[in-house]
Amino acid sequence: MTKDAIGQSLTRLEDPPLVTGRGRFIADVSFPHQLHMRVVRSAHAHARLLSISTDAARALPGVFAVWTAADIPEIGPIDFREGKIEKLEPYRQPVLARDKLRYIGEPVAVVFASDAYIAEDAADLVEIEAEDLPVIIEADATPGEFSPGLSSEAAIVNQGFGDIDAAFAMAHAIVEIDVKVGRHSGVPLETRGAIGRYDAARDMLELHGAAKVPHKNRESLARLFGRGTTGLHLFEYHVGGGFGIRGEIYPEDILVLAAALRFERPVKWIEDRREHLIAANQSREQRHKIRAAVDKDGVLLGIDNEFWHDQGAYPRTHAMRVAETTCGILPGPYKLAAYRALGHYRLTNKTPAATYRAPGRYETNFVRERLLDAIAEKLGMCRVELRKRNLIRKDEMPYARPLSVLEDDVSYDSGDYAGLLDKSLQRIGWSKLQEELKARRAKGELVGAGLALFVEKSGLGPTDGAHVRVDTSGAIEVITGGASVGQGFETVMAQVCAETLGADYRKIRVIHGRTDRIDFGIGAHASRATVMTANAVRAAALNVRAKALDVAAELLQSDPAALNIVNGEVIAPGGASISLAQIASHLRPAASARRGRDPGLACDGWFDSDHQTYPYGNQIAVVAIDRDTGAVKVERYVIAYDIGRAINPMLVRGQILGGFVQGLGGALYEEFTYDANGEPLAVTFADYLMPTLSETPEVEVILAEDAPSTRNPLGIKGAGESGIAAVGAAIASAIDDALGVSGAIRQLPVTPQRMRRILLELGRRPS
Amino acid sequence: MKQNIRLNVNGASHDISVEPRKTLADALREDCGLTGTHLGCEHGVCGACTIIINGEPARACLMFAVQAEGMMLRTVEGLAKGGEWSPLQKAFVEHHGLQCGYCTPGFLMLATSALEENPQISDEDLRDLLSSNLCRCTGYENIVKAVRAAAAQMEAAR
Repeated sequence: MTKDAIGQSLTRLEDPPLVTGRGRFIADVSFPHQLHMRVVRSAHAHARLLSISTDAARALPGVFAVWTAADIPEIGPIDFREGKIEKLEPYRQPVLARDKLRYIGEPVAVVFASDAYIAEDAADLVEIEAEDLPVIIEADATPGEFSPGLSSEAAIVNQGFGDIDAAFAMAHAIVEIDVKVGRHSGVPLETRGAIGRYDAARDMLELHGAAKVPHKNRESLARLFGRGTTGLHLFEYHVGGGFGIRGEIYPEDILVLAAALRFERPVKWIEDRREHLIAANQSREQRHKIRAAVDKDGVLLGIDNEFWHDQGAYPRTHAMRVAETTCGILPGPYKLAAYRALGHYRLTNKTPAATYRAPGRYETNFVRERLLDAIAEKLGMCRVELRKRNLIRKDEMPYARPLSVLEDDVSYDSGDYAGLLDKSLQRIGWSKLQEELKARRAKGELVGAGLALFVEKSGLGPTDGAHVRVDTSGAIEVITGGASVGQGFETVMAQVCAETLGADYRKIRVIHGRTDRIDFGIGAHASRATVMTANAVRAAALNVRAKALDVAAELLQSDPAALNIVNGEVIAPGGASISLAQIASHLRPAASARRGRDPGLACDGWFDSDHQTYPYGNQIAVVAIDRDTGAVKVERYVIAYDIGRAINPMLVRGQILGGFVQGLGGALYEEFTYDANGEPLAVTFADYLMPTLSETPEVEVILAEDAPSTRNPLGIKGAGESGIAAVGAAIASAIDDALGVSGAIRQLPVTPQRMRRILLELGRRPS
Repeated sequence: MKQNIRLNVNGASHDISVEPRKTLADALREDCGLTGTHLGCEHGVCGACTIIINGEPARACLMFAVQAEGMMLRTVEGLAKGGEWSPLQKAFVEHHGLQCGYCTPGFLMLATSALEENPQISDEDLRDLLSSNLCRCTGYENIVKAVRAAAAQMEAAR
């Protein structure tokens, strides 16, 4: 094997079209004779739908059709991705609202027209008459009725272990906090989009603009349309950011397909930004009442948590996954004898919620680390020391807990949590920093430092496959069922193939997001692509390598074990060589050298995994608060992360930095707010405030590879969600420190308005 | 009623017929076939649609196509000369200044206009300038590094 691809910060294969304006995003794709679809959305947060008048819209020149729910009686509500969930069935979202409107932004009708501008004009002419009903805005308010006999508390989730009552009975101290995480989401810079296309000549239905999980979505859509999966294909183009929210099945995906089938014309839909901010999945909103039992030394005896998960108006394709993950992942890096989590999965009259990068972790890292700070305060202990005392030790790995995350039993594979914490403390000069901050506070500045630890999860299996082939020109194609949402998927897969096979990564074409090229695929979600798909690529490349060497040994009359492949050439000890291109020629169906082998220099490879891998890290923030404006400035930020093994360190750092800034948004700026009537208040980028460069500090990244995963041959753990995971937690801790008041921060985001209110309450606003 | 107009984009003339209400960004994308200019918000905040108009960076979503007649428009498709990438394009690749690439054309055009005017732009002015566009993937740091690297190269070449 060559040793020049894995672990190298190679530039990306993806970049050339993207820096030259040749990228092809879904809005850049058009088909002849296409119609443009525009969605008419509910302006009522909760109402009984009385009538929809579409006459004026239909009369507009250029309008082809207008649909309401009555036009698509054959299409059922949107299913859950991972299968049927009996108790949630009656809560599923219809593709177009039928008798009730449940959030502002809910699709009620759709217009199809020859031009996107005309479709939008016509949509304005659709009149909806509805009778308003009382709204539920807070998930922790008394539940209401979703429909007769069905509570807006759609489900209760719970997990736990140990004797929680005994833990609290024997406690030296009990510490309780009540904290909230705000509603925010991925908000990729490219809005959603989809094109449905039906080729009657081949009886083939196509969805263009797929992302994240094309193969899983093909299965769901095939079921919905009563077709075999071989008659339905999904196509991914360039994707302008995913972050969990893009690529799930939404009403619009189903509508473009249904219309393409009915009209036998391509149907294109491109979301606008306002639609995105009220219609695409939102996330995170939870309230936790959590208490800990500790002994006199600060050792955790038990954690008891009750939380309220604001799901918005409908369960979406993820069903209860975020709430369930919240239960399973909350304990993080700490040992715990007893644990109980109980979550209220509740529906409100807001945009439906689902996953956003580090779902259940951004929330629980904030909640748990807030709790640890509160314990330290109660016991008069140092925050760092308290944490160290409770960390799972390196020699206790693998560490299993009777909890589950994504239906996978929790078992941390490897890690040195304390060791990585020491690296960060050393990098930032923790002790000296405390003195400096103390001195600055003495001069009247509001400055402080905070820290948070976290355990991530990644690489959920159970299995993924890939196909590697070399053509007779020597070009290499890696066919995966993965997906690219901008993270560098092609480059990483090419690096693994290049190193395994012995080739230049720049000669490798990586296929993803195309259900017509490979039968199965896990896509790109929950930080699993590199763990699962790269290991499958490695397996396939190893098979190709073995086949190439077998043929080459015969042709070069050498022992296969003595051969090596360098830069696409098989080299024998004596210097004789043969290229992979030539070997591919010798494996043509009619080639005599093939000698009964399967034709083609091509092989499949599969990788199976029993459990997820658990990367981990810690984050340290230093903040300064402006007394007048309430603005929180992040002065320094350290992120330490152990990824097991980095295929491309430059890309891993990129993931960490990008995730951090999203986390910063959720900690200080971004929030989907609603008024008391359920009216969304963040519907433009002037209201939904994502960080710009001005708000972004330089981040110091410590990328460690001390604890390779024991669960795959490459030792890989995931990278995607590490940067964001503990930002809310670390910044909250730092703000508390700046104020000198433990527990001052009980809610994210800490917007300037909230900060000013806190300062006023504390009497800290002298000017 | 559509109007016949001529747009000058990257030195080439495009004779197109558009409704007066059609935005410049839509006209570039749909009528001129230049889809490198992206739309992120259509209300002038995100900067994904930034192009250079008469030497100044501008949001193509906030102008109508008919208003751009007679102006010199430059888009991301015009950055490479004779197949050779500009220093900024190279630097974005070299410094991993992009992930999904959706905001990239806007950042490239924004930075191009600034560096062409003054490759010695101060760090503070550069941060201020780059704060006018949104990126959701990179965390900005590598964009700053890329622009700094390109600036150094452009300055050296002057």
